[in-house]
Amino acid sequence: MSPAARALRQSRNQALAALGTGAIFGVGLVLSGMTLPSKVIGFLDFFGDWDPSLALVMGGAIAVHAVVFRLVARRASPLFAQKFALPTRRDLDPKLLAGAAIFGAGWGLGGFCPGPGLTSLAGFSGDALLFIGAMLVGMLGVAQLEKLQERAKAKEKAKTAEAARVAADASPHATAS
Amino acid sequence: MENFTPWTALAGGALIGLAASILLVANGRIAGISGIVGGLLAPVRGEVGWRVMFLVGLLGAGVVMTFAMPESFAASPRTLPLVALAGLLVGVGTRLGNGCTSGHGVCGISRFSPRSIAATLTFMATGAGVVFAMRMLGGSA
Repeated sequence: MSPAARALRQSRNQALAALGTGAIFGVGLVLSGMTLPSKVIGFLDFFGDWDPSLALVMGGAIAVHAVVFRLVARRASPLFAQKFALPTRRDLDPKLLAGAAIFGAGWGLGGFCPGPGLTSLAGFSGDALLFIGAMLVGMLGVAQLEKLQERAKAKEKAKTAEAARVAADASPHATAS
Repeated sequence: MENFTPWTALAGGALIGLAASILLVANGRIAGISGIVGGLLAPVRGEVGWRVMFLVGLLGAGVVMTFAMPESFAASPRTLPLVALAGLLVGVGTRLGNGCTSGHGVCGISRFSPRSIAATLTFMATGAGVVFAMRMLGGSA
């Protein structure tokens, strides 16, 4: 098979796998009760009428995935890609914890997290639409901010490099390059 | 604990774990919803197709399930302005913190990732804190 045909087949297989897993994921979310915001809030209501169901959702998901992950980790590569795309960072930084804290506040406030919010769009509920719309605005905002930050950093770097070059030129000991 | 639904919770959770496992074995990817969506907002060549297809599957399942289990969908008990604020916080928080309930809570914990364990404990704590505060302010959670 030519490399081009192979790449095409691989991306087609990846798309099919993603479609199937997205569907299974969605059925799991609905079956488990994650698309009921009041149930999610009931799980987070430790000091009220606590509903522990969601602990079992996470427990069930982790029980399956932790076992499979251990088996898969020995493979050199996934079926339809060259390599695994897994996070490697293990350090804790303020950005991670601040982000998680902000996410948790929104989760407890609305009772939706991203997956169930998206799955609930199917019911054309105004709540889910509003939630997902606002979520996308928040995500775009962060992406935009990070882009600006990166640009500023690049500019700063260029500036210091330019200053160093000028200083080197001005120096009487500088050798012509 | 009158609303406790252990069997559907476990079965639904197992399906979520199965989906995450297949995506890992097949594509080598983490089934983190906020990450999958976030990758579409800053698109990279060759990274768009599978993300779109995953979301199509997720929404398609939602459509089928509105017929199969209509009682499993409901509006948020909060007012609309609070729902909008909640969405904004979830969007900002998941991008800054690199993940949500699925990416950190399921996939990350399954890998014993210290970052994901810390993130999950953090978002559970602030979530519970907000629910507690709402209960204090409004009388009901």
